[in-house]
Amino acid sequence: MFSFIIRRLLVAVPTVLALITVSFVLMHAAPGGPFTNERNVPEAVMENIEAKYNLDKPLWQQYFIYVGNVAQGDLGPSFRYKDFTVNELIESSFPRSAYIGAWSFLFVMVFGVGLGVLAALKQNRWPDSTVMTAAMTGVVFPNFVMAPLLVLLFAVTLRWLPAGGWEGGQVEYIVMPIIAMATSYIAQVARITRSSMIETLRSPFIRTARAKGIPRYKIVLRHALKPALIPVVSYLGPAFVGIITGSVIIDQVFSTGGIGQHFVNGAINRDYSLILGITILVGILTIMFNAVVDILYTWLDPRVRY
Amino acid sequence: MAMLEVNNLNVDFDTPDGTLQAVRGLSYHLESGQTLGIVGESGAGKSQGVFALMGLLPDNARVSGEVVFEGEQLLNLPEKRLNRIRAARIGMIFQDPMTSLNPFMKVSDQLTEVLVQHKGISRKQALQESLQMLDAVRIPEARDRIHRYPHEFSGGMRQRVMIAMSLLCRPQLLIADEPTTALDVTVQAQVMGLLKELQQEFNTAIILITHDLGVVAGSCDQTLVMYGGQMMEYAATRDLFRDPAHPYTKGLMGAIPRIDEQIHELVTIPGNPPNLMNLPPGCPFFSRCPVAEPRCYHELDPPQHFEPDRIRVCNLPREAIR
Repeated sequence: MFSFIIRRLLVAVPTVLALITVSFVLMHAAPGGPFTNERNVPEAVMENIEAKYNLDKPLWQQYFIYVGNVAQGDLGPSFRYKDFTVNELIESSFPRSAYIGAWSFLFVMVFGVGLGVLAALKQNRWPDSTVMTAAMTGVVFPNFVMAPLLVLLFAVTLRWLPAGGWEGGQVEYIVMPIIAMATSYIAQVARITRSSMIETLRSPFIRTARAKGIPRYKIVLRHALKPALIPVVSYLGPAFVGIITGSVIIDQVFSTGGIGQHFVNGAINRDYSLILGITILVGILTIMFNAVVDILYTWLDPRVRY
Repeated sequence: MAMLEVNNLNVDFDTPDGTLQAVRGLSYHLESGQTLGIVGESGAGKSQGVFALMGLLPDNARVSGEVVFEGEQLLNLPEKRLNRIRAARIGMIFQDPMTSLNPFMKVSDQLTEVLVQHKGISRKQALQESLQMLDAVRIPEARDRIHRYPHEFSGGMRQRVMIAMSLLCRPQLLIADEPTTALDVTVQAQVMGLLKELQQEFNTAIILITHDLGVVAGSCDQTLVMYGGQMMEYAATRDLFRDPAHPYTKGLMGAIPRIDEQIHELVTIPGNPPNLMNLPPGCPFFSRCPVAEPRCYHELDPPQHFEPDRIRVCNLPREAIR
């Protein structure tokens, strides 16, 4: 197990490097730059600005300077938020996204798995069709529709909740972002759980458990849940990163100040270092949680060993 | 009254394409401590017939008839009542021990949960009893092995774990559904020997389902031959082998290769087992029967009882079979 973790860490380095390279090249290949929108500035000033951010150097030099800095944990200054480094921007916004994400994830696990198991146990009866209809609706309802609808209902019409903001993450400010975030994941997880639970319950070893006179609820909890969760974990591992890094739309609609907002603004402003910084963060988290999923497999399925 | 009485058991499956008749009018009985072999090809309804006794059939199955086990009606019992009989009074072993043991649970947990459930003893005590049972089925180093997962056992050992699990509560009846089919030939003999031995020790009655006539010959007191969901012949095993009274039984015997004869081609029964969705109104064996008459397609005479405790289901007289 220990050597497995070491190996995964070693593989992660070239992966992140490849990620940086591709993003770097793609971003610089796109027309325009961070300062092309500035009002007409004298050429000398422009040259000064570009020199400050190393933009006057050849691309390959810029690349190596950047990689060198990243290796030391320095993601560079933001091109747009002049007084902030990318590290500072991420430090202030990522915890907010992660906070909303963590709660969302909890709801996804509890309701997604719970509803999926319920639907599987009542297969083809009304609880099943109700859950699956709701799940289908949840899957096809994108969060950019969900989020404004929530605002319209709870903030504008009912006036129960504030339409946006953060305020230290008080309950009334994070309820809607969590709902908007979790809904489609809950729906997806419920569908996966249902089908994998139905399949598991058909296994010969479940028949054995029944022949042993074990009551149904114990069969589900003790014999069927673990194997049924394997596909759910495969799905949720990568999805977890998406959940905790926040959705671009949710951060935008609810003005939570989460990392998603920086991602959008970074892209619009050609804020090279900010975009790259967030890309690296998401990349590293993805690699990390894929490894976590692999480790979880060994716990779920004793036949898996590394 | 026999320990187990099965009368006119029918199992139908509702499928999108129509009704599948897996078992039709099956009747037999079993005394305590005895072994009944049920033989037949795949799809003969052997397994479905015994799954019905234990309420283990899928939801689309319809079961009718009468099954009386120690004076208690078993069919269509509510799950709760059934759970008090399963494993406690009727144990069961399945064909493939790799898939019928839970690969996600330690063997110790799978064993102890039976005892905790039915005897209400502590887990610690259950572990002790489980260890004793593993010793009884001759798992070496059981104390260490019990905490492992099924995939860490060999095929024969897995089936021995399965046997141990089914006997934990000392059931009066053990149903073994092709217990040796998935095992190596050498291991088959060991497992059968072990079953016989434990049967004598615990005085357990056994229903042994198999398609291996060799297994039947070596271990069953009575044998029931099934074809197309129906009983074809029932007899004491000795009588059945000495003097088969049904063309299907005869065909099965003829298909056993002999080691002391030079043969160029294995003997088979020509044709395939019948389609259970579309059985002839008469005898299910009609299309493959070497002595069938035209009326066999349309009708099948009721079971003939002859000699003490022998039954055959065939339109033709016994003399025509010989």
